[in-house]
Amino acid sequence: MTPMGGMTTDIKLIDENGRRVDGRTPEEMRPLKIEAGVLKRADGSAYVEWGLNKVLAAVYGPRECHPRHMQNPTRALVQCKYNMAAFSVDDRKRPGPDRRSQEISKITSEALSHVVFTEYFPRASIDVYIEVLQANAGTRCAGLTAASVALADAGVPMRDLVASCAAGKAAGVVMVDLGKEEDNFGEADIPVGYVPRTKEIVLLQMDGDLTHDEYTKGLNMAIKGCEKVYEIQRDALRRRYEARSLDSDVGAPEGVQKEVA
Amino acid sequence: MQASDSKEVSREIVVPGDLLDSSGKRAGPGTYIEGRNIFAALLGIKTVRQDTVGVVPLSGQYMPERGDMVVGKIEDVSASNWLVDINAPYPAPLHVNEVPWRVEFGETSKFMVPGDVVLLKVVGIDETRRIQVSMKEHGLRKLTGGMILDISPSKVPRVIGKNGSMIQMLKNATGCRIYVGQNGRIWIDGELDDIIKAVKAVKLIEEEAHNMGLTEKIKRLLEEGSRKGE
Repeated sequence: MTPMGGMTTDIKLIDENGRRVDGRTPEEMRPLKIEAGVLKRADGSAYVEWGLNKVLAAVYGPRECHPRHMQNPTRALVQCKYNMAAFSVDDRKRPGPDRRSQEISKITSEALSHVVFTEYFPRASIDVYIEVLQANAGTRCAGLTAASVALADAGVPMRDLVASCAAGKAAGVVMVDLGKEEDNFGEADIPVGYVPRTKEIVLLQMDGDLTHDEYTKGLNMAIKGCEKVYEIQRDALRRRYEARSLDSDVGAPEGVQKEVA
Repeated sequence: MQASDSKEVSREIVVPGDLLDSSGKRAGPGTYIEGRNIFAALLGIKTVRQDTVGVVPLSGQYMPERGDMVVGKIEDVSASNWLVDINAPYPAPLHVNEVPWRVEFGETSKFMVPGDVVLLKVVGIDETRRIQVSMKEHGLRKLTGGMILDISPSKVPRVIGKNGSMIQMLKNATGCRIYVGQNGRIWIDGELDDIIKAVKAVKLIEEEAHNMGLTEKIKRLLEEGSRKGE
């Protein structure tokens, strides 16, 4: 089979023991670490390390929407900006928005607006900034994962978190969470954004060719990956406050007097 | 964890999408309903009071509510309005009819200019989130002197305390004049040393809003300061 993008390599993507380049099994994901609330100036933020990917997400708002003509009188706008740092890849990435980052910005905005209660904030805008500091395949999934944690951290009302994970095929084997070599020299890549509670898919793309059976297998693998990601996301959010014990009169809506002059 | 007694309150950190209740309780703030189930819409602390479950947020923007007292900054002046920034996602126009002075058309800037700080009340907010603010009620006015401190709006109830206990303690210990706006803006005026002490205390409250024994800690901080001053 011809590799995706027509590139060829001598790298053995799968060895005789069925292990991948980095020693993982086809069902195994790269290690994922999430931390919420890492930035002080933003309303909400998250930092994700997923294998060799390093991604920061920051959320501002809901705030007044600029430019004004973009305002929607019935709901808030989720405006996502995905950006790769110049130093995020081997050969310096030319800074600034390009076709790829515009596409990723658009699909993450759409995936996130699906879970945010946008109707609570008419005319406003919720701005999400995703900065890729280090890229190693699967940054759109890492970005979406980080962005949804950052949104929850910002106190934006949401139906659920969006978890994201990819699956694909390399050296003829369907596998989850492709690494750089597998993405570059493999046959296909399917990034998935998933809402675990309702089992909805809010992001689905495919690059390369797969048979129907391979696709179904890959999609299920990606969804299983999303469920693992989801647990880590929830844990990151809870960890942010859990260390502190809870005072008895925290946020007592009845006991609290509104204002005292 | 479930409140068997109607007075009992359960506390647990919840994440958006967490199932809060499926036994037919009423959905409180910070939640949403799907079928018979109530889910959390916010990152916060689950609270059960009688038959209502809600989520008290741990973060988030200020959303104006009718009756809120807020500290605003004048942003812009037009012929019959001042545009006030009240730290909400929406601008708040203050109409000349809503101030305690008689203002001729076009003479708005003789009374207040951008940068001025005012104490206002939110008198209306509709479903399209258009805000109406007023300065006509007793106690509302332009604030001169002093300083402004911004804190997270979700921590405001802790700064005020139960029945205003915390803020009263601050005022008594520092001798400062303090206004706490529901929008997370705090105006403090007094002697410089006292202001510094008050700011320190407020910052500690914000930082440790969810810790045990907050009141004690603040009391100690305030006493420490006064002993040094003597």
